[in-house]
Amino acid sequence: MAVIEIKDLAKSFGEVQALDGINLEVQEGEVYGYIGPNGAGKTTTIRILLGILQADRGKAAVFGRDAWQDAVEIHKRIAYVPGEVNLWPNLTGGEIIDLFVQLRGNNHKSRREELIARFDLDPSKKCRSYSKGNRQKVALVAAFAAEADLYLLDEPSSGLDPLMEKVFQECITEFKEEGKTVFLSSHILSEVEKLCDKLSIIRQGKIIESGSLNELQHLTRTRMVLETKEEIPSLQDLRGIHDLKKQNNSHSFLVDTAELDKVIQHVSKFGVKKLESSPPKLEDVFMEHYRDEGGES
Amino acid sequence: MKASFFHNSGRLTRLIFRRDRLRISLWLLIITALTMITAFAYTNLFTTQQEIMIYAETMRNPAMTAMMGPGYGLDNYTYGAMMAHTMLVLTALAVAIMNIFLVARHTRRDEESGRIEMIRSLPVGRLSNLTATTLASFTVNILLALLTGIGLFLLGIESMDLQGSLLYGASLGAAGIFFAAVTALFVQLTANTRNAIGYAVIFLGISYLVRALGDVSSEALSLLSPLGLITRTQVFVNNYWWPLLLTVAAALAITALAFKLNSLRDLEAGLLPARSGRKTASSWLRNPLGLALKLQRTSLIAWAAGLFILGASYGSVFGDVDAFLESVEMYREIFIIAEDIPFVEQFIATLMSVIALIATAPALIMILKVKSEEKASRIEHLLSRAVSRKQVMGSYLLISLAASLLMLLLSAAGMWTAAAAVMADPVPLSLFLKSALVYLPAIWALIGLTVLIIGYKPGAALFSWIYLGYSFLVIYLGEMLQIPDWLSGLTPYGYVPKIPIEEINIPALIILTIISIILMAAGFRGYRQRDIQLSG
Repeated sequence: MAVIEIKDLAKSFGEVQALDGINLEVQEGEVYGYIGPNGAGKTTTIRILLGILQADRGKAAVFGRDAWQDAVEIHKRIAYVPGEVNLWPNLTGGEIIDLFVQLRGNNHKSRREELIARFDLDPSKKCRSYSKGNRQKVALVAAFAAEADLYLLDEPSSGLDPLMEKVFQECITEFKEEGKTVFLSSHILSEVEKLCDKLSIIRQGKIIESGSLNELQHLTRTRMVLETKEEIPSLQDLRGIHDLKKQNNSHSFLVDTAELDKVIQHVSKFGVKKLESSPPKLEDVFMEHYRDEGGES
Repeated sequence: MKASFFHNSGRLTRLIFRRDRLRISLWLLIITALTMITAFAYTNLFTTQQEIMIYAETMRNPAMTAMMGPGYGLDNYTYGAMMAHTMLVLTALAVAIMNIFLVARHTRRDEESGRIEMIRSLPVGRLSNLTATTLASFTVNILLALLTGIGLFLLGIESMDLQGSLLYGASLGAAGIFFAAVTALFVQLTANTRNAIGYAVIFLGISYLVRALGDVSSEALSLLSPLGLITRTQVFVNNYWWPLLLTVAAALAITALAFKLNSLRDLEAGLLPARSGRKTASSWLRNPLGLALKLQRTSLIAWAAGLFILGASYGSVFGDVDAFLESVEMYREIFIIAEDIPFVEQFIATLMSVIALIATAPALIMILKVKSEEKASRIEHLLSRAVSRKQVMGSYLLISLAASLLMLLLSAAGMWTAAAAVMADPVPLSLFLKSALVYLPAIWALIGLTVLIIGYKPGAALFSWIYLGYSFLVIYLGEMLQIPDWLSGLTPYGYVPKIPIEEINIPALIILTIISIILMAAGFRGYRQRDIQLSG
């Protein structure tokens, strides 16, 4: 059964169409990445899943229940970390963690202490004196301390330092091993790339790419640096070659992953002296779509 | 201390005046205007020497002395003596608050927000900012002294001569300088602005209490309080300047100490160790109601204390109420509805209507917190967990309803306590309680309206306050201005029987209660169905 099921979901705020017919399905045990630039509709999607916003049309279900109608029941089994963490300035981090854990129903004291130690958080400080990163830690500890089946994380590591980001990634990996489902929104691709099994890319309220990491890599390009004995005539005319730079007999270019085989066969005729390739990066797909902004459509 | 410690202080002083030119002008304008208007109003309120002397008699009791300071020249009361007696301490409180905010804002708050760090990276001395703030606040207080002093003199009231007027202004200025100095000291102690302001305000409160205690029991005790000292100028009666010299000398000593401490500590550090808070939540902070209560605890306590004191201060004049109402034409118009009912009872009825309107404010604040929490996007912490919207709204509503009851009870109790102390033939507590509690359904109606607005159109919450303001105008001034009945019929308070002078009207109260419940239920419905606002 799909843990999250979104069908033809739409939401507008006045004139602004924040979501425009989103489709998405997250299966149990998946770590699902949801990436897109700021303002693409990531947070709106998550808030609809939380029953904080009501969709204009379409279906949003969590654990097979309606996200709007059964919000409270659903929330007993999920943990959420908002992107922008606003806390009560006169409460301490420890108090807020306890309150949040309590509001979900089951208390896991030992997990709390362990997480506070791992994230290196001082729980006795008032929230007014926490930095953005420390407020984020409070939200993360509060979310991770209690048992949950689904973790909804909205750009959860945006304020963390590299060390803490690593702790965060370890936590997600543990959840994955325990068979938990994680829905992770981000505008940082490398984060998603490391953790996620599947991902969707959203832009201007529409999903523009969706699939497993491998599937999406078909859309990516490999960077190659090539040196041949003989001059290769009209390399730029080959299909799937981009961004060609030439220096003496050395060529540097991008190849569409789909055209890789044909390109290699062609260039091998000219006596390869040196061949370097860097692995396909999702970054390139991502940049591609970002670059398109305002281009087509 | 080296001269380089003070480098560029002058520029920083100008920066303070540039940043706060509007704020400082407004404070000066308001305090000066308030002083002049009050003095002018007294000359209209009391037109004959006989009226003035009757008023003097009502001021001759310990409750008044504790509240406002000792009355000098009561035997030969004048507008000037009256002004010094009734307004000096209260205005000094306002001036002190102004100074506390001014100094804290330019020292600790700038430091906490990291702005001083930028300033200090420039060729600026390490004591320059404190120097600039001290110079600026002292200048503001001297301006205030001159403005109020000259303003009072220009009114041309006979008993307010030039020397007295300037001394009155100088008393306010001296109090201001003293509290600017005290704040400059407290900001050295704690690393956070809120605490610094808190300590300074507590110090102000203690000064007021010491003066109150001293004024009724021991002259020496009063001299320990800056507020006690400034009243010892006996302004407009004997015009002594020495208490102000003492006040300013003390202020300078405190300022010197603040400079010393400032030079000893690190930037952004406080001398007192930061108190660490609880590591775990207490058992009652474990549900939405506990959270809502914790968030509003301070405000709730402050309002409760305020209403008790308000009730008590009204109650303290009960001993002389008959004579008082006899003497002043304007008060008679406000308070007296029928000639054949004892004045005291009519007085209670009118006071309670005013108190009920004031007691509505905390109840509205408590319920409107749901909206401000939503705006600060903190409600989603609750709603994203196993908490329903009904629970969230319910928690705040419960506190709001409880606050309405608590505020009325406390103000009635306060009034009774003080009245019982000054009256020869005290009115029973039950009468005060009845007269107050009868307003509950009207307050609930306003709470209900607010719940409705939050449920459907949270942006329109200001309407609740406008409606309360309208009710205040109609109920408070209604009798005096002879406004038509239908205008008071537009507010729930217009349907509440004025006990003890009117019969209790059960059906009207039940209908008000039912309307409140309907409004609340509709508001809950709306809150369950609408989107929670996105921030930013």
